[in-house]
Amino acid sequence: MSDLPTDTDTTAADTVAAALDAPNPVRALLAVHPDASHATFTPRVGPPQDVVSVSVEGYHELVAGLRGIGFDGFVDLCGVDYLRRRPRFEVVVILLSHPRRRRVRVRVGVPADAPHLATISDLYPGANFYERETYDMFGIVFDGHPDLTRILMPDDWEGHPLRKDYAVGSVPVQFKAAHRAT
Amino acid sequence: MSDTPNLVTGDLETPSIEPPAEVADVDAAAGRRRRALDLWMSGTEESAWLQGATAEGAQELLPAAEDPALAVQRGTVVTDDFVVEDTTDEDQRQIMNMGPQHPSTHGVLRLQLEVEGETIRRVKPIIGYLHTGMEKTGETLTWLQGPTNVTRMDYLSPLHNELAFSLAVEQLLDVAIPPRADAIRVLMTELNRVASHLLFLATFGLDIGALSMMIYGWRDREAVLGFFEKVTGLRMNHNYIRPGGVAADLPDGWEDDVEEILTIVPQGLAEYEELLNDNPIFIDRTQGVGVITPAECQAYGVTGPNARASGIDWDLRKVFPYSGVERYRFSVPLGRHGDTYDRYLVRVGEVKESLGIVRQVMETMPAGDYRSEDRKVTPPPRKRIDESMEALIHHFKIFTEGFKVPAGEVYQAVESARGELGVYIVSNGGAKPWRLHVRGPSFAHVQALPAMMTDSLVADVVATLASSDPVLGDVDR
Amino acid sequence: MAGPAEAPGFLLSTVQKGVNWARTRSMFPASFGLACCAIEMMGTGAAHNDLARFGMEVFRASPRQADLMVVSGRVSQKMAPVLRQVYDQMPDPKWVISMGACASTGGMFNNYAIVQGVDQIVPVDIYVPGCPPGPQSLMHGILTLHDKIMKGEIASPIGHGTSR
Repeated sequence: MSDLPTDTDTTAADTVAAALDAPNPVRALLAVHPDASHATFTPRVGPPQDVVSVSVEGYHELVAGLRGIGFDGFVDLCGVDYLRRRPRFEVVVILLSHPRRRRVRVRVGVPADAPHLATISDLYPGANFYERETYDMFGIVFDGHPDLTRILMPDDWEGHPLRKDYAVGSVPVQFKAAHRAT
Repeated sequence: MSDTPNLVTGDLETPSIEPPAEVADVDAAAGRRRRALDLWMSGTEESAWLQGATAEGAQELLPAAEDPALAVQRGTVVTDDFVVEDTTDEDQRQIMNMGPQHPSTHGVLRLQLEVEGETIRRVKPIIGYLHTGMEKTGETLTWLQGPTNVTRMDYLSPLHNELAFSLAVEQLLDVAIPPRADAIRVLMTELNRVASHLLFLATFGLDIGALSMMIYGWRDREAVLGFFEKVTGLRMNHNYIRPGGVAADLPDGWEDDVEEILTIVPQGLAEYEELLNDNPIFIDRTQGVGVITPAECQAYGVTGPNARASGIDWDLRKVFPYSGVERYRFSVPLGRHGDTYDRYLVRVGEVKESLGIVRQVMETMPAGDYRSEDRKVTPPPRKRIDESMEALIHHFKIFTEGFKVPAGEVYQAVESARGELGVYIVSNGGAKPWRLHVRGPSFAHVQALPAMMTDSLVADVVATLASSDPVLGDVDR
Repeated sequence: MAGPAEAPGFLLSTVQKGVNWARTRSMFPASFGLACCAIEMMGTGAAHNDLARFGMEVFRASPRQADLMVVSGRVSQKMAPVLRQVYDQMPDPKWVISMGACASTGGMFNNYAIVQGVDQIVPVDIYVPGCPPGPQSLMHGILTLHDKIMKGEIASPIGHGTSR
């Protein structure tokens, strides 16, 4: 965290202004988000990716902050079910800054007993369908979402298919015409 | 290697979790089969399930007064569109259903349109009619079987799917790819882009009534598909690009086939441009229709040719290059108006640029191996299997058990024929992905359809939809 | 109606042959595409493979005007009722070709989302193997169906035109 402003009593606006100038804006922004942690990942192919982990409470504010420092493009939102880990679920958001040519990945753990998370479809309308998909597949409820209904499965479907404790639902192969029409 | 090494295996609680509810779910699966059987037994009478499934449900349009999505659709980003003032009561409006079985919906997309006379006031895309559960199936397939699965998502650019998946797995594995494999990948994916855009021209022409375009587009696409069949063994769904390289080397005499494509397609393209570019009917039906602004593109996640038609200079091959595509010279065609006509022009331009890349790849194709030397991911050569028992065992193990991939998570995107095709993979160090998520470009494009269609005319729905070129396999996965 | 047990006489069998011939030569498929196979189905109808040679290049937009449904691709649980409805809307006699591995058996997608074989929902006359079947395979399936119709009765007990 070397490029953080050293002055301790900076206001949030100052931080955002500093973040806009900093070589790594995401890292600078995190000064006002004490519950977030950050890592930079340099893949073999493609640009370095900032990965930010944040708590459920700080999630919406952090995404709003990222939007404020130029992450104008919405790329992806998906859920992951880690089953045995606490918190069990994780929601992964990928945002893109066109002018800076950077992607940032926001990870937020969601507990299984209260799978609630604030919606970001008010910040990025593009998150709308992705949140509906995550709700459909994992049962994570996005509070404040304008239209949180199932999107891929039928309305009357039971269960959330991409959860790890939901069986694949495979049917054994039958080689005979089991229900033959007459 | 990975950003968070202890991601999946770390901080495990005591495994006191109850066993997965397999038993109950098998019952549920049996129940669904029974429902399917009910349908079959019901003859032409509608069964209760049939009625329930086709009647209005939660996913469909709400009454306008109760529709909170309307504000998002209209208010948040749609600031610069021409918004027609409300002139009639809500009871003057009617809801029209289009699809999922409709000749012009490019697959099983369903649109609910609220129309006032000829003007569309609200649109709601309803998707999921082709939901295949591929992300779930992907968790049951080994890393080497993965491309078989993902290639069937966006079935018009299957090689891009395979490339994105393979690149993601290679990042976790940290294996280097030989230059020839990279060049073959670029060659094949660019040809795939050509084939996909030719199909766009065909279906776009069909949808707006230029029926001969349909015949022409398919005709030229066959030339590319013939080459694919020769190289990969299949016309579609190739499973050719795999983690570690490609499945097979290019066949002898491939230059002649590529040369033939490079002759046929530009000839055809010149013909189509002559036919369409200045055609007054075509212009009337496309110019100023289905406009989407750059701000909307960014907010909705619209990428690829659709975003470039709005003037966003963003091509992943340029900004985040992969597979050595930065070695080739090409330009990125941009539109200015973000309308249907510009989306058509951009795609025609991209075909030309892709053919340019194909020619450069052909002229500079490096010699060498077509897959990685890393024996961990690459099966031993066929000859070694006859000589050495270890090689045979190794071969057997790779194809039955699969290789293990270090724990971690990675997001890798490529520029497919439709836009940013991203693959997000979580590995827990096993032989199968823990989570496979594909960010399909068409998903975002279908989501942005209301922004393009609101307050336009009913007749423009099909033109707008066709020009955004969604593939429903990519949307629903 | 002449059942299989009582063979029709000379006059009826000639009429039957004529009607069957007419049916095979003017078979209108419903334009009902689902997934990858639909692309190959459209490719079969396009210039290179030219389905018009068999009198069936006109893909009807309305199921009311179609008598052949090519189930081209994977049928999801959400699509199944729609597919059945389209089938019910088609006038008799009607035939169904199950095109590709997914439509016939669920293919590689043996999971919660896909109906494991469209024959659970509609009666299928011809199964075309492949993933996706090439245009030649589909054409072979169509010609086999023509064969089947030529050998079949005009009216079968369940009104599907072919004997089962």
